[in-house]
Amino acid sequence: MKTTITVNGTARTLDVDSRTTLLDALREHIGLIGSKKGCDHGQCGACTVLVNGARINSCLSLLAMHDGDQVTTIEGLGTAENLHPVQQAFLENDAFQCGYCTPGQICSAVGMLQEAADGWPSQVMEDVAAMVDLSEAEIRERMSGNICRCSAYPQIVAAIRSVAGDAA
Amino acid sequence: MRPFTYERAPDALSAVKAVAENPGAKFLAGGTNLLDLMKLDIERPTHLVDVGRLPFAGVEEVNGGLRIGGAMVNSKLAAHPRVRELYPVLVRALVSGASGQLRNKATTAGNLLQRTRCAYFYDTTKPCNKRQPGSGCSALEGVHGAHDAIFGASKACIATHPSDMAVALTALGASVETLTPTGASRTLAVQDLHRLPGETPHVETDLAPGELITAVLVPPPPEGGQVYRKVRGRASYAHGIASVAVAGGRVALGAVAHKPWRAAHIEDALSSGASPAEAAEAELSKADRNDHNALKITLVGRLAAAAIEESKTRRVA
Repeated sequence: MKTTITVNGTARTLDVDSRTTLLDALREHIGLIGSKKGCDHGQCGACTVLVNGARINSCLSLLAMHDGDQVTTIEGLGTAENLHPVQQAFLENDAFQCGYCTPGQICSAVGMLQEAADGWPSQVMEDVAAMVDLSEAEIRERMSGNICRCSAYPQIVAAIRSVAGDAA
Repeated sequence: MRPFTYERAPDALSAVKAVAENPGAKFLAGGTNLLDLMKLDIERPTHLVDVGRLPFAGVEEVNGGLRIGGAMVNSKLAAHPRVRELYPVLVRALVSGASGQLRNKATTAGNLLQRTRCAYFYDTTKPCNKRQPGSGCSALEGVHGAHDAIFGASKACIATHPSDMAVALTALGASVETLTPTGASRTLAVQDLHRLPGETPHVETDLAPGELITAVLVPPPPEGGQVYRKVRGRASYAHGIASVAVAGGRVALGAVAHKPWRAAHIEDALSSGASPAEAAEAELSKADRNDHNALKITLVGRLAAAAIEESKTRRVA
């Protein structure tokens, strides 16, 4: 079936099997292999992309559900010469070892920072109606959908905190 | 995944008719649970009717309460200013569930209708009456006491309903509004939506084939503090071993039964002046005890007592 999505600013029309997930469409049909297939069940977060600005697991979504949507992958966040601030912060904080989870971590962090800026609550807040203060505990909670098996968590939190601090 | 056909429903009635007329059809909204189960060959729909873009994604104020669209995603519901102001128990339940990515896709209606996380339901090499009616219940002989039902279970199934949100909605006395295949609308209480397993654990709700949850109606917040507490194997992004929602004098328990469990004995005891611990004992003394679940029964009782105690000091909406 035919579906049109805009990926990193470019409209793409695909005519593929209805079973095709957004992740497989990006990797196998469009050739953007930055988004990773880790668990393929929404548990690891390596496939995280931004759809209309919101972070989602692209492995648990059918391409057909996204007709007309704006998709941003790691390839659309920055370039080698002009990194996105979160990409730069991951470099400066040594926030990865093998790098497999990193595209998902960075896309998730970009989405999460916007959610926090919009005042979205989390379960570690004492009062869910209060303002968001992106403490280490908040970042750890809000990033719990992204697993890093090299366990670079302290550096990932530090990288995200440095960007959150710059934005504040 | 097995092959299926896909259609995006132009309106709610078309969607309801498309599913009602086709025994192999299912609604698709966020897809976070259904697509996962399809990949595992546990769900096998032959046709998907996408209702994710139907115009049921907002929150309206109605008679001092709220009408929440069935297609509203969990993250936006938790972030809604009126929900944060009036229903902290609902917000806390929502943000206790899943991950940031999943909450951006999972919908209000889909959250209510998610399937159990019983390990034997997921293990397609083992019998499971919910997955394959009549095949037996592997969990009965298993040693997964922490995740099994302690109320209302049967010889056919001891699975629990995994939703956090549904537990808060039960404590708040919420109801669902549906659209039936005849085009009529009806409402039923969230606490009456799900069935106990009995002999037919594969039949999980009282919804008719094709009946679509279009909204959740939440009455005005009750007097008294609101609390949601959850115990699980890790600090975040895990299903509960047990949870408790308190909203004024109403109490519901999660991960203890085939449905969100309204703790009527706790409520009665509290209204008769019992202490939180005595009230919890009034409910837990009626739990189904077996060789595996003593820890869980103790844990649920302590959690309930602590949550009721905490509700006395919590912000009143």
